[in-house]
Amino acid sequence: MVTLEHYLVLAAILFAISVFGIFMNRKNLIVLLMAIELMLLAVNMNFIAFSQFLGDSAGQIFVFFILTVAAAESAIGLAILVVLFRNLRSINVEDLDHLKG
Amino acid sequence: MTEVLFYVFSAVLLFAGLMVITAKNPVHAALYLVLSFFTGAMLWMLMQAEFLAVSLVVVYVGAVMVLFLFVVMMLDINFEELRKGFWKFVPLATVVAAIMAVEMVLILTHPAAQLKGVTLMERAPEYNNVRDLGVQIYTTYFLPFQLAAFVLLVGMIAAIALTLRKRKNTKFQKPGEQVKVKRNDRLRIVKVDSEPKPTFEAPKPAAEGQGEGAKGE
Repeated sequence: MVTLEHYLVLAAILFAISVFGIFMNRKNLIVLLMAIELMLLAVNMNFIAFSQFLGDSAGQIFVFFILTVAAAESAIGLAILVVLFRNLRSINVEDLDHLKG
Repeated sequence: MTEVLFYVFSAVLLFAGLMVITAKNPVHAALYLVLSFFTGAMLWMLMQAEFLAVSLVVVYVGAVMVLFLFVVMMLDINFEELRKGFWKFVPLATVVAAIMAVEMVLILTHPAAQLKGVTLMERAPEYNNVRDLGVQIYTTYFLPFQLAAFVLLVGMIAAIALTLRKRKNTKFQKPGEQVKVKRNDRLRIVKVDSEPKPTFEAPKPAAEGQGEGAKGE
């Protein structure tokens, strides 16, 4: 029988994988955004697991709103990335030091 | 049966997640992200959250990932440059990720968390996940729902405003200016000397006068 713990552990491992990805791809802005999306997937899986296993559908409403905000976030993030690439010809995070004194 | 499906989907999800962050080519990373989202949707389906599973496929696989692929393929990025020193941070990254995972698993499996053996809620046969969520969204969470729509609108405007740029040498019409135009902007009435009457006495000055008149215009 699949229990709540199974899903929570799975989500925890997925979250750890995305943290690992953020450390590894600290230069590549696109893969950083993808790792953030993976993190959101893990968090959403926790929300849905709790909601479905404990019988409170408020968690699923939360996931709905998280999906909305994440979609807007990735759209704006990619737009910023495109503008960045137009101006710098690079998406390397290390090149983004214009605000450094 | 459900257990087998769960383990298969989990294995696929974790493999796809690992490939997303280690793939050399970001196009492959985006495609693996599609796979992981799709598998995630299947896992949600196993938890009987049909509406969110379907909306994950529609919103993420259908919209967000296409956006990612567009951006990755549209920009001419030198990914070799970005791969430099990729494996340099492996020890630190592994340690941090492992510590996080172990901590979370320890907490989740601790007896005090009281999560042992919680199984899926038995729902009434007539229970409808989509109807339940729809009723909640349109009653209890109506204001947040509208605000979420507004967030999407603001996101759309921001994305368009950020990437919009004026080209220097495009020619375009301004309908406002065109409608506003007056007769005097388009038409200029020029006084032209009428042809002097031919005289028999002095034909030469008359020809000169005509020439001057033509020049004056």
